[in-house]
Amino acid sequence: MTTDIVILGGGTGGSVLANDLAERLEAEIDDGAVRVRLLNDGPDHVYKPVWLYVPFGKREPADGRRPLRELVDNRIEVEDTRVTEIDTDAKQLQTDSGPEPVEYDHLVVGTGSTLAADEVPGLRAAGHDFYSEEGSLALREELLSFTEGHLVLSVIGSPHMCPAAPLEFVFMTDDWFRQRGLREDIEITYTYPIQRVHGNSHIAEWARPLMDERDINVETFFNAESVDPETGVLESMEGTELDADLLVAIPPHRGVDIVEEAGLGDRGWVAVDRHTLEADHADDVYALGDAADTGVPKAGSVAHYQAATVGQRLASELRGQQPTARYDGKTICFIETGMDTASFVEFDYQNPPSPISPSQSIHWSKLAYNESYWLTARGLI
Amino acid sequence: MSTSIEPTTTVDARGATCPGPLMDLIGAIRDADPGDVVRLRSDSEKSLTDVPEWVEEAGNELREIEEHDDHTAFYVENV
Repeated sequence: MTTDIVILGGGTGGSVLANDLAERLEAEIDDGAVRVRLLNDGPDHVYKPVWLYVPFGKREPADGRRPLRELVDNRIEVEDTRVTEIDTDAKQLQTDSGPEPVEYDHLVVGTGSTLAADEVPGLRAAGHDFYSEEGSLALREELLSFTEGHLVLSVIGSPHMCPAAPLEFVFMTDDWFRQRGLREDIEITYTYPIQRVHGNSHIAEWARPLMDERDINVETFFNAESVDPETGVLESMEGTELDADLLVAIPPHRGVDIVEEAGLGDRGWVAVDRHTLEADHADDVYALGDAADTGVPKAGSVAHYQAATVGQRLASELRGQQPTARYDGKTICFIETGMDTASFVEFDYQNPPSPISPSQSIHWSKLAYNESYWLTARGLI
Repeated sequence: MSTSIEPTTTVDARGATCPGPLMDLIGAIRDADPGDVVRLRSDSEKSLTDVPEWVEEAGNELREIEEHDDHTAFYVENV
């Protein structure tokens, strides 16, 4: 009798978990007691942090893609298929590959985030983003021809992927335009939905003075309600209007529909115990990464650490032992503060972040990590 | 003490950390019609300041704050 573990999604969480299980359950997989299948909608693993650098001409979207099969241990069955339904009662998945369901004994949902720009009228037509390959390429074209006017970075969706990225973008934009001698003709405004510039108060307190020093305007309590594609006017629920010549938005985010349809959680985020990562509304289902509604940032480091927790718990369960591994909220994040300086934060459920002084060496550390990320995906670091 | 206000929708943000509860409320108000009342359940202490501040900023009305043993319920009307 073979125990089937199915991982849904080949992003950071799914890939790291697959490699973790290949190592942890090597003997069980080799003797046929356990089978691990990794289902992904497409052949590639995508490393999204590359997209932040695309608008500035520093990277290409292709730098963030590699075939999943090359990253994942050969003990794992990698399948390019789109899951269309999760049935947690029957413990099976339907896919677009055919009528035969995929049966599971243990399911791990790592379906990530999707963008939902259509939730804000006018945003798709009038806004740009760096949260997708096509968005970051289109934004590069806009930035290259933008020599004067009002650039607005509006954080509309929260939670969203990489909570530091909007701050990084305005810091980098400010620096980039200064280096090109254009900054005096370009006004930069940053908007955020709550009363400070970041969801985490410690990061907000650190970032706000930097924004003031750099002449980056700030609008807080700004929840964009609509954008007029003709005039570029962005209107908020709070009644504020901003006239943008170039609107860069962090669109509303959702998980995937099949999660909501399966009753696992709202807006496609799986309701989980934030320590064990077990789904609240189904047995033998875990979630990790962006898909898991834990309240911690939707970031690669989170998915990475959560994968270790899920891997250890699954191995314990398979061996009839009490699972004891718990996710403690650990998150690490580099924060670019310009084109060649960065800060770094590390925090968890108990300990708040304390951003360190920006330096060039941290910036280089971030770039070095972005290169060595492929070792993370392969389960090596 | 319980209120007589009948909410149109309820958002249960218990367990969510800041700014989750406020963002959940903003999302619910975004989807609400004028006159609808959203009940937000939160056990985050920050909600006690975040929620009234935002409600005032957005020009909505905080109809009532209800204290429970393990959470606070905010009744917010979309004006």
